[in-house]
Amino acid sequence: MTAFGKLIRTTAFRLTLVYLLLFALFAASLLGYFAWNTRRLITEQITTTVNAETSEISDIFGRRGLRGLVFTVDSRALRPGANLYLVTTPAGQAIAGNVGSLAPGVMGTSGWSETAYRRLDDQDNVDHRALVNVTQLSGGFRLLIGRDLDERRRLFGIVAKAAQWSILVVVVLGIGGGVFVARRVLRRIDAMTGTTRRIMAGDLSGRLPVGRSGDELDRLAESLNAMLERIETLMAGLKEVSDNIAHDLKTPLTRLRNRAEEALAKSSCEAEYRAALERTIEESDGLIRTFNALLMIARAESGQARGNMDDFDAADVANGIHELYEPLAEDDGMTLRVRTSPAPVHANRELVSQALANLVENAIKYGKPVAAAQGSVVSMEARQILIEARCDGDRVFLSVTDHGGGIPEGDRKHAVERFVRLDSSRSRPGSGLGLSLASAVAILHGGELTLGDAHPGLVATLVLPLRVGHHDGLAAQTQDMSQKDVRLASA
Amino acid sequence: MHEKRDGAMLKGRSTHLAASSPQMRLLIIEDDRESADYLVKAFREVGHVADLAGDGEEGLAMAESGEYDVLVVDRMLPRRDGLSLIGALREHGNRTPVLILSALGQVDDRIKGLRAGGDDYLPKPYAFAELLARVEVLSRRNVGPSEETTYRVGDLELDRLSHRVARGKDELTLQPREFRLLEYLMKHAGQVVTRTMLLENVWDYHFDPQTNVIDVHISRLRSKIDKGFDRPLLHTIRGAGYMIRDGIR
Repeated sequence: MTAFGKLIRTTAFRLTLVYLLLFALFAASLLGYFAWNTRRLITEQITTTVNAETSEISDIFGRRGLRGLVFTVDSRALRPGANLYLVTTPAGQAIAGNVGSLAPGVMGTSGWSETAYRRLDDQDNVDHRALVNVTQLSGGFRLLIGRDLDERRRLFGIVAKAAQWSILVVVVLGIGGGVFVARRVLRRIDAMTGTTRRIMAGDLSGRLPVGRSGDELDRLAESLNAMLERIETLMAGLKEVSDNIAHDLKTPLTRLRNRAEEALAKSSCEAEYRAALERTIEESDGLIRTFNALLMIARAESGQARGNMDDFDAADVANGIHELYEPLAEDDGMTLRVRTSPAPVHANRELVSQALANLVENAIKYGKPVAAAQGSVVSMEARQILIEARCDGDRVFLSVTDHGGGIPEGDRKHAVERFVRLDSSRSRPGSGLGLSLASAVAILHGGELTLGDAHPGLVATLVLPLRVGHHDGLAAQTQDMSQKDVRLASA
Repeated sequence: MHEKRDGAMLKGRSTHLAASSPQMRLLIIEDDRESADYLVKAFREVGHVADLAGDGEEGLAMAESGEYDVLVVDRMLPRRDGLSLIGALREHGNRTPVLILSALGQVDDRIKGLRAGGDDYLPKPYAFAELLARVEVLSRRNVGPSEETTYRVGDLELDRLSHRVARGKDELTLQPREFRLLEYLMKHAGQVVTRTMLLENVWDYHFDPQTNVIDVHISRLRSKIDKGFDRPLLHTIRGAGYMIRDGIR
């Protein structure tokens, strides 16, 4: 498309053309109305004065006879800028007045007519036009009184000229303005298009130019820039995630492949093949779990899970998770306790359960007392893991406390990140996503995951906002489940 | 219809997997040719009859004309997606149990699937053992004992109303959760139930624990109902899950 073609296709230019046409029409009709009215006014004026003079002169003829008539007409005809006068005898002979010649037949018909004429004293041999009134006087004499129409024509000419000029000016100004506005808009749109092309080509750091005028294009550019900012952040996050995924999924995938290769190369009997295949399935199950956890985190982080929020008591979740994991902990030589007080929340129950389950699994896996891991005898106290649900102020705390090695203060922030498995836990199974998922769940609900020191050990707390409308009257009643046997007898 | 050609490929699985319910007629609606063929062969190998539909419209037509015990429906299908297929079936009054297979394994998607009229939901990738166990539990040929107030397996008896459990003459004391676990197992006596099915149906959790929590609960239950008796009733089905049954079938 040529530059001109682009220009005349702009909305601004097209709008200008429409307005131009409208203004031209307006000016033309205004001037036309003016010209027509002026002409009517002049004609009216002429007829009024001519009529008055005709009756005045007819009167004089009636009172003073032919001499009076001729005298009056001749004396009036000699005044400068005089009207047209002509008096003829019944034979058609001119006896008074200032008209030299007339179009034939004008004197023969009474009443108003427009005619060409020449004055007696005219030197230039040019016909003029006049509006005349012919009257039959008594005795066959005829009287013509009229007025030159040059004045009317001149006025009309002035108006026509004004119309021409004004339309020309409107057109020139309109097109000029249109081109100016269109080019201005076009230049800015072109700049925006250029930037977006660069961004589409992969340079996400590009931003649209924003002017100082704060007009609609600036506002558009500003919101587009905000959008680009958000996209860039998301892309950066995505890149980080995909880097992490690449790293932490490729490692087990490589292991998987190596084992399969080794089995192909070295296995000699069905049992060996079977063992290799079983390991392969185990490894891929682990991969699927990691993948699921990642998807879950991504979903929690993107806020998609907000649709599935219920009102429930976090204490029920704590009791449920305790019930589920208590035998497992016991098998592992640990004691899992729960202590709850009412903690109403508005949250995604499934996600909160899973987050708490992750914390408990972590505590069972890594929360063994350091001395026990080294084979020494440790007290029951040190082997205890406590799940706690309570509310304080406008927040609900779901915490899991163990008395294991804990996490050094400097590492705590780091530990919540995806895939981080602190060196001490590298050798144990797990995707390293438990804490990140718990953190993502907390953030989704407008809370946070905090890690603290249990002297010794780790206390991991899911902080969630208290359900709206439950700020009072709950903190009072606290039932200490840890003191009584939570294993209820069969009802 | 059994295909010998691929028998070898499935041999490893068939050695420890077998249909634990009477023969069923299944319709698999899945557009991925390879997984569909795999499923059809696998189901036939364990003794069920399986038909295949490659897209949503074909699947709907077959589901409406044929008498199937369970439909296995992929969520994303060409021509008509899985959920709309189920919706159309239900609208026409067809109550055949449907298991939805989906690559979308998220909680919301499962809820959406079940709301659309599905009876169970299994995210991909899945183990065939898991699918088989779920399909057999879904099948309408196995609705029998669910309405009874007392479940019996061998000399083990569970009264659903009075919450009493007895084996022979011995009264057993179970915790509430152990009772529900046993109740679920006995409701599906003779059928394999997987760990995830137990977690979903007994505990109502839909996440995948990274640890063997369910195994520990089962071993506790086992120590109460089988310990000290000659014939064990609660069996571990390797690679699949658990089954409660009387003696060796």
